[in-house]
Amino acid sequence: MAEHETVGELLARRGITRRALLKYTAYLASVMALAPSASKVMAQALSETRRQSVIWLSFQECTGCTESLTRSFSPTLEDLIFDLISLDYHETLQAVSGAAAEEARLAAMEENKGKYVVVVDGSVSTKDGGVYSTNAGKTNLEVLKETAADALAVISVGTCAAFGGIPHANPNPTGAVAVSDIIKDKPIINIPGCPPIAEAIAGTVGYLVTFGSIPELDDKGRPKSFFGDSIHDRCYRRPFYDRGLFAKSFDDEGARKGWCLYEVGCKGPVTYNACATLKWNGGVSFPIQSGHGCLGCSEPNFWDKGSFYRALPADTGVNGGVVAGAAVAGAAVGAASAWMARRRKERAIEEAKS
Amino acid sequence: MTLLDFARGIGMEIALSIFALGVLWRLFSLLLLPWSKERSVKRADAPSSLVAGTQGFFRHMWPAQTSASMFVTINGYVFHIGLAIVVFGFAQHILFIKGLFGLTWPGIPSTFINIVAVITLASLVAALVRRISNPVTRLLSGFNDYFSWTVTALPVLTGLLAVGHYIEPYETILALHILSVELLLIWFPFGKLMHAFLVFLTRSETGIFYSRRGVDI
Ligand code: SF4
Repeated sequence: MAEHETVGELLARRGITRRALLKYTAYLASVMALAPSASKVMAQALSETRRQSVIWLSFQECTGCTESLTRSFSPTLEDLIFDLISLDYHETLQAVSGAAAEEARLAAMEENKGKYVVVVDGSVSTKDGGVYSTNAGKTNLEVLKETAADALAVISVGTCAAFGGIPHANPNPTGAVAVSDIIKDKPIINIPGCPPIAEAIAGTVGYLVTFGSIPELDDKGRPKSFFGDSIHDRCYRRPFYDRGLFAKSFDDEGARKGWCLYEVGCKGPVTYNACATLKWNGGVSFPIQSGHGCLGCSEPNFWDKGSFYRALPADTGVNGGVVAGAAVAGAAVGAASAWMARRRKERAIEEAKS
Repeated sequence: MTLLDFARGIGMEIALSIFALGVLWRLFSLLLLPWSKERSVKRADAPSSLVAGTQGFFRHMWPAQTSASMFVTINGYVFHIGLAIVVFGFAQHILFIKGLFGLTWPGIPSTFINIVAVITLASLVAALVRRISNPVTRLLSGFNDYFSWTVTALPVLTGLLAVGHYIEPYETILALHILSVELLLIWFPFGKLMHAFLVFLTRSETGIFYSRRGVDI
């Protein structure tokens, strides 16, 4: 691989035509809601730039995020992302291992100082110095700090890296936290989801590579182009919600008729992601279309918000014992105050008699 | 923990606990008080306390025929019935009650609920305007009246805003709606909203009192 070749040169060498690149940039522009004219500018910029150095760190994760990006069974547009970037370190995908792999990371950091992008999937263990997740003798915490120090930006891929995710779920035995809890001095883009949508990962990296800047983010650090609307805003079952037609169970008449899944726990109204528009597996379907409510996996602490099957308006677990205890206490205080009033009255009568 | 997590979790637990504690405190302290002895002699044709109390309660459901009290009565019915329809008829509220007590029943179509909620809010505003514009009620009104009105109207307003997605993000307005209900629950036993329980006692007691003395009401 020629180290300093441009993306255009690499694509030409691979036999990928400019037309394919234009198709890709048009696709990126459309999923990111950019102006149609942006696709040509993107294609031009991409073909002239060097491939973006990317160091991909995997921490406390299940590899689902990488799977999401690489799962394609046939070459797809998202795969092109691997031609735009120089993936200098990725534990799951790289061929080398051991000391050679670590050297590759350090070499990439040195060569692209201040210009490389760090992608993280997985949360960072912090308890007991982070010893619960280590690699090559170093804790994830150390590797993250070391690698991010000279990075251009950090992309947290998946809910674990973005918000702590499942490792962070109660009781969080490893003290797992999000990347943004550790790294405070670099731009961080969160692409949550369990896993995130491949297009959201590819689109965001593509944007960064093309424009050299961070796309517009929401208050949780997510690109607005993918996380700007709630699932509910774009859900095709929404007309049923508006008409109050709800499935009461997963196999009742309402479920068979495709009614809204709100009553069986759908968290679509409070979940921001692009599942309802981009869908999964090349646009085939998404959970709600398959008959299951949204779990809210692209939101912080989605694992600890009560049952997935508990409707959104229901409480997340009021302790009946506490409320009953309060009721008993209220009755006791009331009875005591009435008894004191009686005593006062009796005493007043006795005093009046004497 | 987000605002919505707080509202749906610990916030709701605190509000329900204070509500239960307060309501039982007030009911027990009132019902176990010593009853003052009736010193008057009962009229010969006076009905039993049960009948007189029931009559008194129902008689007070309709006012003396003056136009001002007619407005107050009809408007009062509008927002009380409206509140009942919205609270117990909206599918989302039924899910909330089901979550707490396991009880459930069919909901009313949401379009109808929306219309009722708008009418209810308008009726509550009318009640407030009447209270402020009438010199007598203005003089009689204090913090308790205005705060009780506020905690009643807020859930209706925030509920309408949430349902219509008028304020983004939705989870914030949903959280504010739930928090406004929690405020109502907390204030309920200690302010004038307690009339929801006490109205049965007070009106019946007044009925018994008057009937014993032969007062025509
Ligand atoms: S299925 Fe979920 S996201 Fe779709 S309309 Fe119903 S509540 Fe909203």
